Amino acid sequence: MSPDQHRPATGDHGRASQEVTALAPGRRALVAFGRFWWDFLVGDTPELLIGSLAALGAAALLAHGVGVRSVVVGSLPAFVVLVLVLSSLRARARIRAARRTELER
Amino acid sequence: MHNSIAVLLVAVFLASAVEMVEALTIVVAVGVTRGWRSALEGTVTAVVVLAGLVAAVGPALVHFVPLAALRVVVGGLLLVFGLQWLQKAVLRSAGLKAKHDEDRIFQDQVTVLSTGDVSTGGPRAPGRDSTAFTVAFKGVFLEGLEVVVIVLTLGATENRLALASLAALAAVVLVGAVGAVVARQLSGVPENALKAVVGVMLVSYGTFWTGEGIGVHWPGSDLALLVLAAAYGTVAWLLGRLLGRDAEQDVRVA
Repeated sequence: MSPDQHRPATGDHGRASQEVTALAPGRRALVAFGRFWWDFLVGDTPELLIGSLAALGAAALLAHGVGVRSVVVGSLPAFVVLVLVLSSLRARARIRAARRTELER
Repeated sequence: MHNSIAVLLVAVFLASAVEMVEALTIVVAVGVTRGWRSALEGTVTAVVVLAGLVAAVGPALVHFVPLAALRVVVGGLLLVFGLQWLQKAVLRSAGLKAKHDEDRIFQDQVTVLSTGDVSTGGPRAPGRDSTAFTVAFKGVFLEGLEVVVIVLTLGATENRLALASLAALAAVVLVGAVGAVVARQLSGVPENALKAVVGVMLVSYGTFWTGEGIGVHWPGSDLALLVLAAAYGTVAWLLGRLLGRDAEQDVRVA
């Protein structure tokens, strides 16, 4: 959980926070609940959610379509590792691009 | 089954300890700058609400949701959540992401709270300090929600809700006691390493349960959890080293 979530709201986050505060208490709680789950599952790494679902789907297909047990057992961890590697490489590319932009300024 | 329980207890304890270190940083910052009474009241209220959540949702999950469905959904949640922790740990160990610095967070909180210009309140007033109460409550509640999700998911799926709750409570008591002694030196806690370990455990549990839910029969049953944890730990370590080497080359080129 980012410490920023405990700080006073500023900028875009501040406006969003003010919009939420302006809602009725029931809707406010609902929006806050939705935001918690969005941050919890998606956050700034939507590829992890999508990749995990794809890995589960592929492993489920293999589990029901392939008779070889070792293939089925090895497939899920292999897909999970693939998701972790691809997501880390994507994050590295993002960080590098941000650093390059900073250096060019 | 014993291996599985041991891994469950360690995972819940470490995850709770990490989140509670973050919460304690906020509570200590609030206590030091705005007074301890309201900070502690906010903390206790948040802990009571979180315990109520576990008590209300936990038994319902165990009794009304079929175990196979519970394992797929909960395992999926743990997988995504664990991968988020693990990816951040990899990026931190590679030097691509700043490490969690409790000292900096503490100073930032103190600065914001000292000015009295906080959206949740204002300057200190006599009696209960609503700003201190709200910031402490929010800090403990938000960090604690992640613990609640971990306790509920791990505890309900293994049918060990009470044991998982006790492990989380032990972490809260331990971190609270250590925090009371060392107060502002929480940066001494190896938080980033603990997060990496918790990430590996959550991903291992997530893989194990979703696998069981979709019809994978793990060789060695619960022992597979340890093999998965060792494999994921090794991959994360190697990935961190590999990305770290690239990051060093980038710095040299720049």
